[in-house]
Amino acid sequence: MDTSNNGNKPGQERAKVGVYVCACGLNIASKVHIDEVREFAGTLPSVGVARDYKFMCSDPGQELIINDIKEHGLNRIVVASCSPLLHEHTFRKACEDAGLNPYHFQMANIREHVSWVTEDMELATEKAKSLVAAAVERVAFHYALEKKRVDINGNVLVVGGGIAGITAALNLANAGKQVYLVERQPSIGGHMAQFDKTFPTLDCAACILTPKMSEVKNHPNITMWTMSEVENVSGYVGNFTAKVKHYPRYIKEDSCVGCNDCIDACVFKNGKWENEFDAGLSLRKPVYMPFPQATPSTVLIDPEACLYLMKGKCKQTCVDACERDAIDFTQQVTYDEVEVGTVVLSTGFKSFDPKRMPEYAYGRLDNVHTSLEIERLVNSTGPSGGEVVLKNGEKPKSVGIIHCVGSRDKRHNPYCSSVCCMASLKLAHLIKERTGAQVYNFYIDMRTPGKGYEEFYDKLLGEGVHFIRGRVAEVTDWAMTPEEEGKLVIRAEDTMIGMARRIPVDMVVLAVALEPQPDHEDIRRTFNISCSKEGWFLERHPKLAPVSTFSDGIYLAGACQGPKDIPATVAQAGAAAGEALALISRGYMEIEPNTAWIDPDLCSGCKTCLPQCPYTAITRNEDKGVAEINPVLCKGCGTCVGACPSGAAQQHLFTDDQVYTEIEGILSHV
Amino acid sequence: MKYVYYPGCSLKSSGKPYEESLLEVFKKAGVEVEELGGWNCCGATAYMSVDESDAMALAGRNLALAEKEHPEGRIEMIAPCNACYLVLMKAKKQIEERAHLGAAVQDAFSRAGMTYRGEVTIRHPLDVLVNDVGLDRIKELCTRPLKGLKVACYYGCQIVRPYATFDDQFNPMTMDNLLRAAGAETVEWTSMKARCCGGTLTGTIDSAGQRLSYIILKEARRLQADVVATACPLCQFNLECYQGSMRKRFDDDLEMPSLFFSQLLGHAMGIKRRKLGLQDMLVSPRKALKACEA
Amino acid sequence: MKSLEIERRIKYESEVNPDFGKEIASMTGGEDLYSCIQCGTCSSTCPVSIYMHYTPRRVIALTRAGFEDEVLTHNTIWLCASCYACTVDCPKEIRITDVMYALKRKAIERGAYPRRFPVPALAKEFYNSVHRSGRSNEIHTVTKTFLKTNPLKLFKNAAMGIKLLLRGRLQIREEKMEGAPAEVRELLDAVRQKRKGLEQEAAKTV
Repeated sequence: MDTSNNGNKPGQERAKVGVYVCACGLNIASKVHIDEVREFAGTLPSVGVARDYKFMCSDPGQELIINDIKEHGLNRIVVASCSPLLHEHTFRKACEDAGLNPYHFQMANIREHVSWVTEDMELATEKAKSLVAAAVERVAFHYALEKKRVDINGNVLVVGGGIAGITAALNLANAGKQVYLVERQPSIGGHMAQFDKTFPTLDCAACILTPKMSEVKNHPNITMWTMSEVENVSGYVGNFTAKVKHYPRYIKEDSCVGCNDCIDACVFKNGKWENEFDAGLSLRKPVYMPFPQATPSTVLIDPEACLYLMKGKCKQTCVDACERDAIDFTQQVTYDEVEVGTVVLSTGFKSFDPKRMPEYAYGRLDNVHTSLEIERLVNSTGPSGGEVVLKNGEKPKSVGIIHCVGSRDKRHNPYCSSVCCMASLKLAHLIKERTGAQVYNFYIDMRTPGKGYEEFYDKLLGEGVHFIRGRVAEVTDWAMTPEEEGKLVIRAEDTMIGMARRIPVDMVVLAVALEPQPDHEDIRRTFNISCSKEGWFLERHPKLAPVSTFSDGIYLAGACQGPKDIPATVAQAGAAAGEALALISRGYMEIEPNTAWIDPDLCSGCKTCLPQCPYTAITRNEDKGVAEINPVLCKGCGTCVGACPSGAAQQHLFTDDQVYTEIEGILSHV
Repeated sequence: MKYVYYPGCSLKSSGKPYEESLLEVFKKAGVEVEELGGWNCCGATAYMSVDESDAMALAGRNLALAEKEHPEGRIEMIAPCNACYLVLMKAKKQIEERAHLGAAVQDAFSRAGMTYRGEVTIRHPLDVLVNDVGLDRIKELCTRPLKGLKVACYYGCQIVRPYATFDDQFNPMTMDNLLRAAGAETVEWTSMKARCCGGTLTGTIDSAGQRLSYIILKEARRLQADVVATACPLCQFNLECYQGSMRKRFDDDLEMPSLFFSQLLGHAMGIKRRKLGLQDMLVSPRKALKACEA
Repeated sequence: MKSLEIERRIKYESEVNPDFGKEIASMTGGEDLYSCIQCGTCSSTCPVSIYMHYTPRRVIALTRAGFEDEVLTHNTIWLCASCYACTVDCPKEIRITDVMYALKRKAIERGAYPRRFPVPALAKEFYNSVHRSGRSNEIHTVTKTFLKTNPLKLFKNAAMGIKLLLRGRLQIREEKMEGAPAEVRELLDAVRQKRKGLEQEAAKTV
């Protein structure tokens, strides 16, 4: 890609500047003498026309500019009005409409920088004059620039196969785009596949999810890769190259039909390794099926548990049992490289580890569980066949559910995890339904904002669940009264009543916080995006751009951007797919030319600039021995320009001439 | 290296057995200490309830004094009483963090001929014995291990809260590890080992305060401990000296020896009973110790 | 059986002290007072909250709302044994124990407690004893406190006291510190003067 200067050498032609001072109604006029500024502008040597007008951004205002350019042969335009963020593009377009290169334009901000921040009218007017003088001097050194166009490859990479990734992938695939769905677990489905019912409708999670999982697997436009991770990404919007690493299952995916005979035949008679899908509540063998509805419906072998893979010595009864000859111990890590135009990140969340709060006795006392573990208990495919049972196999007669474990806590996560109040209500309902136990919910605030959520809470209130507003300080086995012997005692202040209470229960459920995935830093670096303070992927704007990032072409969907429930996740995934499709549909992206470039004649190859670039836009051309800037990745931040010792790095619209002249302009009237 | 030794008022009176046994243990373990000359009361909880700058200055004076006596380098000050330990640390933090008060206090120090450099680190004897001397050395020194003795190690509040210094705040183990190295078996009781003994409430609002100490002793008894070991003179006082009142109030023939950990450690090191103040206890530990000597 | 007498309880805005919350928040430990979400963890973990008129959480709410009289005249602040369990367990990291100390100081400053209430009486006796001799003496302090508040207690604890005395664990004579206790007194007075001066200066510049 051509990274050299755009052609015109600065100062080649004599500048004839048109200056337009905007009153902006009373916004500027109330603090700045507009006519004085206009008169002053008229006295400047290079100014051909100086006008003022009430609303420069309006159609008549723009007409003024267009007509003057045509009639008076103006070749540079300055508008003294509001912030460039608002109307720079408006006036640039006006120039373009009149046949003048839009980058022959400069704006002076006499509203946000003058009228809105200065008390004294005389002082404000003088400052406005300085800014106008600066803009007029500078704009003479502007030269013509062209926007660059980048083509957009129609393929999309979706990273993470939970409900967010599945939704995005299906939307894109149905729109006819080729989608690569990369999931690191052996099956897609994410956390939603682990739930039993979803709030507030109490829909069966598997019933609504598995058809989608099936659709993904069978969709002609989706390449579904499980046991895979994106190792590295290069390129820029519209032209990404992603290297995907595939971990071996040791099973031929095309041959395996999921009959599970190998599992029965395994030399280990009983499972000995924690089943990750069951949140560690059950044990599996080295060869296993993650869960019955796993997609793909293929077993896999854990290389850190399998005798043959670890020690090379095993009877290999699994191989004998397999009628399809699907087991292949020789499989290795493989790679694929794909070219895509856009990426949707949907890598989800992880649960807070309550061992970090020893006062809740998780891991120390029996029958203290996380909400995710209870999801598995109530799930019919879970370790207890859908029965809520204690460690000794009996049903609990009383259960305490503790909200906000690890959330709303400065020592762990200051934010509210958004979904746990509803999840705790749901679990309260399910536990009561399955066991008839006395259920106690201990909460700080009941957060039920979504559609049907408050009604769900109302339903629970009528079901005899006890609600105690008070954050629990400890779960202990120390008994104070005979009824507490052998129980887990929850101590909390019932704040509504105003007294401390001790409630003995058989089982404690901790509604744990949602946290970013443990490797979120690595992921964000791979895709060149930012994270917020807590580690969630950062959206471009919290209100108006929740699915795009500061890296063009990379979109976010689901909990990886912040804790949210399933409806919000699906909505966001649809939005991410939509934005990706909008870009793909247009087919190109225009890049602003205010980017930096490196003059190869001045560059000594010292490599100072390379590590400075926050957007990794600079590379070294080893053949020529000079640095080169990719104008598509470059965001025009100017860091390399400042760092370059030889002045080889320069920036369009911020060349030394332009900047120094602007300063001289200010100083000329100070 | 030499440590500055800040006894605090209680160690000269109700906590005398603590000082006696601790100094003996230090001698045996090679911990060199020198009592801070001219030390004054740290102010405990009372001063902070009456006036803040007074409290900071009172406690801080001891730090400045130590720096005056040792003008060069860092100073390590051992404060055996939990309350003194916390108050001295708190004073140090406050002098350094609170603008007006810190400045006022520093100014007063300089006018009294002392400068405050912030070079004093406050240490607890448990910390010094386990981390500076080391458990291996302690084990070596215990020529008469406490075999068969079941100890309930009680830490009290102020060495684990609010500052997390040398031990875990929820399940502290330094005393347990120390006494295990001395051959004893220690009890597992996270519910009580750092739960408040009642502090000064045992004397002023006895129904509340004494109950707090009572439930600690009751749990120790339920877990079949032979003796409760403490690290603070007020905790020890509360746990030992009110047992008569507790027996009446709670209708319970409770009798649980409550000692300072240094007394047990000293006994394991073969130091004579008299030198450890064991004869000055209100609830005699004789039976428990005799059993383990056998 | 609680009395069924009718009592009218309402708080008018003219009766609250709107600056009380800010006052406490400006004292040591009160920095995060306004972050409190009233979760109740402090009351839950406090070993003596069951004896308090108002639990710690309610005291924070009352303080922020300006219910100065209620806060300073009820027993909560005096029952606090400074065990710091609340401070360590508070999810907003509010230094509740230090807030209790600040309230204690305010209460003593305004004399807002019954004269025969033993806790502040003990604090003051302790304070005076140290001010006088540089060290605290248990027998003197405790005896004086009981005499002022509840002489019967002296008799109740006499047996224990004598036993300790006989074992050398209580001193009748006031232990004197090395060097003049006057040094300590002078230091404290100097600090107080300087602090007042600095506060006045600060008030001017605001």
